[in-house]
Amino acid sequence: MATITTSQSGQIETETAPRRLVIPHGLASHLQATPLLLILGFFFVLPILTIVVVSFWDYDFAGLYPDFLTMNYADTLGSWVTWKTYLNTLKFTVLVWALTLSIGFWVAYFLAFHVRTTTMQMVLFLVCTVPFLTSNIIRMISWIPVLGRNGLVNSTLIELGLIPQPIEWLLYSDFAVVLAMVHLNTLFMVTPIFNTLMRIDRSLIEAARDCGASGGQILWNVILPLAKPGMAIGSIFVVTLVMADFSTVQVMSGGQSASVALMMKNQMSLLQYPAAAANAVVLLIVVLSMVAAILRVVDIRKEL
Amino acid sequence: MSKAAEIDIVSVSKIYGSTTAVHSISLKIPAGSYCCFLGPSGCGKTSTLRMIAGHESISSGDLRLGNVVVTDFPPAKRNTAMMFQSYALFPHLDLVDNVAFSLKMKGVDRDARRAKALDMLKLMQMEAYGSRRPAQLSGGQQQRVALARALITEPEALLLDEPLSALDPFLKIRMRAELKKLQKTLGITFVHVTHSQEEAMALADLIVVMNNGRIEQAAAPRMVFERPATAFVARFMGDHNVLSGKVRAITDSIVEMETAEGQVFAVRDIAQEIGRPIDIGIRTDRVRLDPPSDKGLGFQAVVSNIEYRGASVKLTAIGAGSDDFTLIVSDSDYFRKPVSVGDAVSLSWTLEDVVPLGRLSA
Repeated sequence: MATITTSQSGQIETETAPRRLVIPHGLASHLQATPLLLILGFFFVLPILTIVVVSFWDYDFAGLYPDFLTMNYADTLGSWVTWKTYLNTLKFTVLVWALTLSIGFWVAYFLAFHVRTTTMQMVLFLVCTVPFLTSNIIRMISWIPVLGRNGLVNSTLIELGLIPQPIEWLLYSDFAVVLAMVHLNTLFMVTPIFNTLMRIDRSLIEAARDCGASGGQILWNVILPLAKPGMAIGSIFVVTLVMADFSTVQVMSGGQSASVALMMKNQMSLLQYPAAAANAVVLLIVVLSMVAAILRVVDIRKEL
Repeated sequence: MSKAAEIDIVSVSKIYGSTTAVHSISLKIPAGSYCCFLGPSGCGKTSTLRMIAGHESISSGDLRLGNVVVTDFPPAKRNTAMMFQSYALFPHLDLVDNVAFSLKMKGVDRDARRAKALDMLKLMQMEAYGSRRPAQLSGGQQQRVALARALITEPEALLLDEPLSALDPFLKIRMRAELKKLQKTLGITFVHVTHSQEEAMALADLIVVMNNGRIEQAAAPRMVFERPATAFVARFMGDHNVLSGKVRAITDSIVEMETAEGQVFAVRDIAQEIGRPIDIGIRTDRVRLDPPSDKGLGFQAVVSNIEYRGASVKLTAIGAGSDDFTLIVSDSDYFRKPVSVGDAVSLSWTLEDVVPLGRLSA
């Protein structure tokens, strides 16, 4: 009896709604999420899992041997070179972060509050993005003729008689690294801060002025607190980019300075993949905790 | 709490580039009065308020508050406080800090300013919410906080920019009553910008009707209602029908106005010359569905719409060059002798219900 009824009802259904694939509601939403899940799974989760797995493997000059060793971590964390390199990278990060934050804030502030017309705002904003039409490497390398021993800056200063001999620390120094990094990354600060500043209700500034606030007080008590989410998003960009940088450090320091990513690159060129993987996991944890710290200080949910 | 200031506006203009938002207006707002600027959007009422507040520079003319000419003073030096349309509460500060903001700017130390802010919140019955953020409040509560923030500086005049427009109709009426009560308690001058006649009538001691950057009429509500100065005021307040024509004859201080269609209406004299164009206003609630008793006090019309409003019925009729001549009849009068759309009816009124309307010299 039961089988008959089901087959009957099945028949009726196909008759009333022919060629209609009925998908249960819950399944539909899962299906909709699948493409993104697959992309993230293949290109994000899987590689990271691989790195984590490989970081526990054994290796020698000839090959990798699946294993479960903490040796790679012990080597990485136990070596003073690692600590020194991390400190150096952190130093770059802090310097670049502080510089991009202050430059980025003032550029965004000028764009948002002192440029009157929207057209001009957009034009100036696009001007900021023009350097991004060329590659990172080219922008970095173009500093070399400017900063070199016989470069633009040195020769100009000598011509003017301001210095007797070229300044040595302009190129292939920490100064050059920080300068290039600030140049490369400031826009990542400008954009989110500009975005938050544009969202500030202008009547808040009038209200503050009505309450007797001076320009500086408005900046400190109203604009800066309201710009915090944008500053946090920009900081996340800059911190993660600088922590993972190796090309800028290599080119601009002339190989005299080290960064964590550069250390990994060297390990990989020596085929020490598990060591590099362990290093990568440590770096990932450090960067993630820095991002977590930023998010703890500033609530960025309103901006997303 | 503090002394109120008289506000004296002396031929003040506001010019933005090539457009003039406010045309050389002059007005005295008595100390301690509740003044409403009323007009359609773009009439210059908000510009005027912002010039009084100091958030907009005065292109020409002078502004006096109390005994001080404040034309070029910054907002905070004027002893005025402004309440913004969207309240402009600082979203990153709790209510106490919002209210205490101006004291913080003056450098009052933290405990003293928070104590004073709490007192202000108490006055507004908001002390229980002190540690909340503005986003956690309803519209009416936000308004109370904005009031507290504006009043903590003990201003001589409070300037309100469409303060009730963000509220739902029910709350509007409640907050309106609160505003009026507050003004009475504090005794300071309130200047309130609105586009709602009802709001202005309910609140104001002095209604200033503005249009196209000019003051059409500045008078007590009853005066504005009963004796609108211009056709614009009569139309905007909505209680008068406006008929236009030319002066045909003047006899015994009664002016006869002839419309373009050749109908003649009578109105009391207002120093007119024969041939000059004039407008007259006829109270909608005084028009009756009876044949006119006297020449020039009624006409034949065709009913075009009927709206039942409970205690009264609103009829719209076409005739005498007007296609929305409105009359409000009481329900008992209407149902004694009902009419329907398309009926020809006689409309009439008495001479007392007709007001002559002036024209602004442009």
